Formats: sequence, structure tokens, C-alpha cells
Amino acid sequence: MFDALSDRFEGIFKRLRGRGRLGEAEIDEVLREIRVALLEADVNVRVARTLIGRIKEQCLAADLAKSLTPAQQVIKIVHDALVDALGGANLKITYASKPPTVVLMAGLQGSGKTTASAKLARWFKQQGRHPLLVGADLQRPAAVEQLRVLGKQVDVPVFSEPSSAVDVAGKGLDEARRLGRDVLIVDTAGRLHIDAELMDEVRRISESIRPDYTFLVVDAMTGQDAVNVAESFNETLSLDGVILSKLDGDARGGAALSVKEVVGKPIAFASVGEKIADFEAFHPERMASRILGMGDVLTLIEKAEEAFDQEEAEQAAAKLAKGQFTLEDFLAQMQQIKKMGPLQNIIGMLPGIPKELKKAEIDDRELARVEAIIRSMTPQERRDPSTINGSRRLRIANGSGMQTSDVNQLLKQFKEVSKMMKMFGKGPKGMRGKGPQLPSMDLGI
Amino acid sequence: MTVVLIVLAAIIVVGGAAFVATAARRRARHPGIEAPPAPTAPPKPPPPEVLTVEPEVVEPEAVEPEVVEKPRFRERLGKARSLFAGYVGAVLSRSTIDDETWDDLEEALIRADVGIHGTTVLLHELKARVKSEGITTPDALIEALKADLKKSLAGPDRGLRYEPGPPNVWLFVGVNGVGKTTTIGKVGKQQAAEGRSVLMAAGDTFRAAAAEQLATWAERAGAELVRGTEGGDPSAVVFDAVERAAARGYDVVLADTAGRLHTKVNLMEELRKVRRVAEKAPGQVTEVLLVIDATTGQNGLVQAKQFTEAVDVTGVVLTKLDGTAKGGIALAIQSDLGIPVKLVGLGEQVDDLVAFDPDEFVEALFEE
Repeated sequence: MFDALSDRFEGIFKRLRGRGRLGEAEIDEVLREIRVALLEADVNVRVARTLIGRIKEQCLAADLAKSLTPAQQVIKIVHDALVDALGGANLKITYASKPPTVVLMAGLQGSGKTTASAKLARWFKQQGRHPLLVGADLQRPAAVEQLRVLGKQVDVPVFSEPSSAVDVAGKGLDEARRLGRDVLIVDTAGRLHIDAELMDEVRRISESIRPDYTFLVVDAMTGQDAVNVAESFNETLSLDGVILSKLDGDARGGAALSVKEVVGKPIAFASVGEKIADFEAFHPERMASRILGMGDVLTLIEKAEEAFDQEEAEQAAAKLAKGQFTLEDFLAQMQQIKKMGPLQNIIGMLPGIPKELKKAEIDDRELARVEAIIRSMTPQERRDPSTINGSRRLRIANGSGMQTSDVNQLLKQFKEVSKMMKMFGKGPKGMRGKGPQLPSMDLGI
Repeated sequence: MTVVLIVLAAIIVVGGAAFVATAARRRARHPGIEAPPAPTAPPKPPPPEVLTVEPEVVEPEAVEPEVVEKPRFRERLGKARSLFAGYVGAVLSRSTIDDETWDDLEEALIRADVGIHGTTVLLHELKARVKSEGITTPDALIEALKADLKKSLAGPDRGLRYEPGPPNVWLFVGVNGVGKTTTIGKVGKQQAAEGRSVLMAAGDTFRAAAAEQLATWAERAGAELVRGTEGGDPSAVVFDAVERAAARGYDVVLADTAGRLHTKVNLMEELRKVRRVAEKAPGQVTEVLLVIDATTGQNGLVQAKQFTEAVDVTGVVLTKLDGTAKGGIALAIQSDLGIPVKLVGLGEQVDDLVAFDPDEFVEALFEE
């Protein structure tokens, strides 16, 4: 059901290729697929419609008919449209000139407010601040107790008392001033956005403590209703940002897009695990890939950007395209890849990689073996492997502590892989954009 | 070695291409909020072996069988139905069935979280009916859709299964924050009011203060509570609860479990173990209820699949249906997996947890 959007597009375009032309009718067919993908990811149906409109304009403007790789170009347009919709201005926390900086947490029942409060407290602590948590959820049994336990885990004091939510919040503010805490995080009870009484209560809390930041906590698994919830809370509290929780599941998280589109406020943080430390700044690019069911190419690119030497990488890419990629270049690139972390993790981010390969156990020591073999060659041999005869093979095997058969295997596979790379290397040029796609390949595994 | 080479090649291609592409127009990195540095050692729960079950005996007080009028399903649902009704109103306002009619119906169903797949199937069948039965008026069309929806929800027995004899174990499972503990509290109170003796097992040993939350409910329901230590082994808690229930002649054991994402293999394995342990004599597992938040989108179906695979779910509890969410995912769960919705949460009060009524549910969707 959730087959990657790119696969579907390839299918459509393959069918269309025969007709030779890409007119508006064909684009409409593609847009329908995009709509289905968005709706499957729980993007609100109205938000999806607006987005599709935008995407259509761009598709028409892009003149897909002339493109050699229309599928990839459409994917790029869609991806960019999603990133634009999800991203925009990031939230920058400015601390109140007269401390404490007050943060109010709100949301539906079970969205993860209490956990998010503790995680946020830890985050502020890491920024060198001294937060105080206030347990103003007097509704759910033992909610304050939960906050106290979590507070202890992150070593942040927790204030609460069994009075009323509004009083607790107000007193919490006094307490923060008295103790000299510079950030105040107020956890409130979960409430339905249509519960007039409770919405009024949270408004009174907000009026009494005048928060500098009001965050809505939204479950990443939320469906179509996310827009109603976000709209109501925004009307009552005028939100400053959204915290997306439970992003460690496999929900595609279209709710994030819906909420962002409706409220227009940034998604500030994402909660990505059960541990207190599993809390991070939100990445629109990654969310966009996720909604589309694509691999996390952008995290990969980011990692590559950190690890790779730009000039070398560009040269390598150029050589790839021309088919002049040698073992020497391969060795150099390998050094960069090693900086990116375990291979297994990197594979997980590659799009278009078959499941079998993703699951395959990959031993990073294999890398060392490949490296040893290449390093046992002379520079001349690396540049032109065809000069490697039988006695050279034996020398290389002995030098690297491997068998001759290993050397043979490496040489043979390098040849095949070079051919494959030459093919890939041409891809991105036609695309002229980021987000390269690997064509589906037959790996024979 | 093949794999390594291919992977290396792929990475080089992606990495290299990224540069060629981004070098030209390297976008300013979002400054935004900086991610926190590497986590310090996360708090580890104590080893599961260390379990000190202190059977806190909360002697059941005499519970007065409160006779509270159950809330009318439709009244409660009706509060926030206007959205769906808006589409239906638009359909009915037209004199014929046209393309717009179908678009409206599609949008209405999708907004109810029925899902694009389920919606397409439903409307496809409806279109066939329109042709074969000669439906021409929007009125008749809506009635036909209602009938289809009711049909797809009809069938299975929705009562909570109780077998006389050894203690019945009802296991409550689900992802985080759906309302498992609250549901147990309400079920416990209702069962007690019906004259069954109830024991609650605080099997959520992970979430801070989950046991305290359940303890409050046990007190309200006049039920006994068996709990372990925080971070302890949930199966041990359930085991002790069943033993105790058998020894003291309790009718029902309501076993809470920690919320867990269905994608966490270890946690799902832990849940399997809880069920295995609960199944052992003297206990018998007669219900495994998957609690799902009505606001859940299409992921709800994946949840239901995974949980069923792990612990053989017997029914769904759809919570928080008193909001604006329509809970259409329940439709997909029943038609795809055959798991019926048994209970519905319509509010915070004990009596707001009611038996699911498919006819009323469908009628409420269309009410203006």
C-alpha cells in the first residue's frame, strides 16, 4: 500500500513515454497519484488540494515534456513544495529580558505533553538555562507524579500543588522568580479543542502567566482532524510553535504538514523516541521525504557534505560520468565515506535500495579488506587494473594478507560497478537539481 | 564483498551528485534551533528480575450500583459532526447526482479518516449500485451509502467475552497515549457496578507514575491492585495478578500494559510474553483489546495489524470520539482485519465509555 511514490511515477511515465508527449492530461494523472500519496500519509484533504494546485503550476512551468527524466523532475518539484510548506521560518528562542522565559505546553489528551515538557526542560538545560517544571495537569490521575519522576531524571525541579490549574501556574511563576530559575515550563492537562470549559481554563492559565512561547504538542500519528485541533488551539492561545511527538513510529506524519499549513507557525521540535534525550530540532526536508515514502536522501547528503571534500567529490563525479573512475579515486572516496559512520546506517538512507540489501548484515571490516587490497597495488596498477597479471595478483594478495581469489573478485566487481556508476553518473546532470535518485538496480542478491 | 562495493558505489554517486547539484545553489542552512549534543547516559530501568510485588490490598469498598443513564451515542457524537454533515448537506442540496456529488462524498469520507483506499472501494461499489438499482436522487444515494457503511460494520459480537470459571484476563494494549489506563479504570468501574469482582494489574512498568494513575482508578472502582516496581518485568506483574485473582476468587483481571509503538520489535516481544504468561493456568485470556485514539489516521491500520500479529487482538476500543475526529479508521480496521470495535470513549466520565453501536455511529456521521 505504501509503495514509494517514485516507483509509481516511474510506472506512469514509462507508459506515457510511448506517447511521446507530456500534456496536461498526463500531468493530471501524475497529480492524482501525488494526491493519493499525500492522503495516505494523512495530509488533510484541503491542504492536499492547495498543495496539488501549487505543484501543478510548477509542473506546467517546468516543461516536463522536454525533460529526459520527467519522473525525477516531478519528484523534485513535489519534494521542494513539501519542504517549502513544512519549513519556512524557524523558531528562534529569544530569552525574556526579565526572566523567567515562560513556556506553555498544550494539546489533546495523550499527545505527549508531559514527556515533551521534560524533554524540553532537558534541552533548555543543555542551552545552559535553569528551567523549572510546573505540573498544572490536575485532571489526569498521577500526571503530576509522572512529571516529578521525569523531572528527577533530567534533574530539573518540579512545582505543583493540589489547587486549581490556573493557581498552580501562577504560583509556579512566583516560585521560578523566588528560586531564580530562568525558564518556566508549564505542563497542562490534555483537553479536547471543543471542550469550551477546559479551553477557557487554558486561556486563563495563559492570561495569568503570559507565556513567551506557547507550544502545541501534536501526535505524528494524527489523522485528518489535526487541522481542527490546531486551528482551535491557535485561536485560543495564539501558538508560537508545534512539537511533533511519537515520530519514532512508522506513521508518515502528514499531520505535520496539515498543522503547519493551517497555523502557519513553525514545527519547532520533534520527539523521536521514548528516552528523554530523543528530542531534536525539526527537519522539514526529512519530513518531506517521509511523507512521500522516500529514503532519507537529505540526511545522507548532509552527512556527505560534512564528510566529503567538495572539490574532490566534484572531480570524482565528473570522472564517474566520463567513465574514468579509477581504483585510486575509489580509494579516496572510501576514506570520505568512512567518516560518515557505519555503512549499515548509510544504506538505510539510500532511496531505491531493495529491502534485502537494507537488511543485509554489513560488516565495516569488509571496507578495511577492500582498502588493504587496493593499497597493496602500485599507483600504476590502480589507474589501470588491466596491467595486473598473475604474478602481480599474487604479490597484491600477499601484501594485503588476502587470497588471490579475493583480489580477482575485487577487480572483477570493480569493473562491473564502474559500468554501473557510469550509468548513474549521467543521471543527475539531466536533473539539474538536488535529490538524486538511483534507478532501481538489479543487485542480484 | 559484493555488497560493500555496491554500497560504496551508491554512496559515492549520491554523495558526488549532491555536490554537483548543490554547489551551484547551496542554500543557507536553517539556523533554527540547534539540536542538543549527544545524550548523556539515559536513565536505565532496573533489571527486570528485581521485582517486589507488594500486593497492596485495597479492600474493595461496597460499591453502590450507580444507576446512571448511559449517554446517548448520537447526542455525544452529534456535538461535532457538522463537518461531515456539511458535505452531506451540499450533496442533498443538488437535484441530481453529478461529479461534484462524488467529489463531496469522497472528501467527506477521507476527512473522516476512512482512508483513500477504503473510500475508493466504498464509492466504487456505490457507483455500481447507482447503476444497477437506478438511483437518481441524492437522498436515495445517501441512504445507499449509509446502508453500505452499516453493512461493512455489521456482524461480529461486540460484547466483552466472559467465561465462567477461572479468572478472565482482559489485556489492554496499544501505542502511547491512547488512553489504556483510563479505559481500564472505566471498564473496571463498570464491571464492578455489574457485580463482578475486579482485580487490576499495573503492567505499565515503564511510564513514570502509570501505576499511581491506575491505583487512583482502582480505588474509585473498589478494585484490588497488583503492582510491581517501576521498570520491572510486566509479565511478572500479570503473573502475580492472575495468581492472586485465582486465590481470592476474582472474576476479572484487567491487565494494563505500557504504551508501545508497534515498530519496536523488543517491546512487541515483551507483549507476547505478557500474553503467554496471562494465558497460563489459573488464568484465561478472554479479551485482548487494542485501544486506538479516534484522532489516529491511516497508521491505525498498521497498528492493528502489528498488534494482532503479536497478541491476537479480539476487539478495538475507540477512545476520544467526543472530539471532532470521526474515527473512520475503525471502519478500515474492521473491513480489512475483521476486528470489531467493542467500546467507544465519549468523554471523561466513567459512564462515557459505551458499547459501540454501528448503526448509531453511521447515522451520527450523516446527521445535520
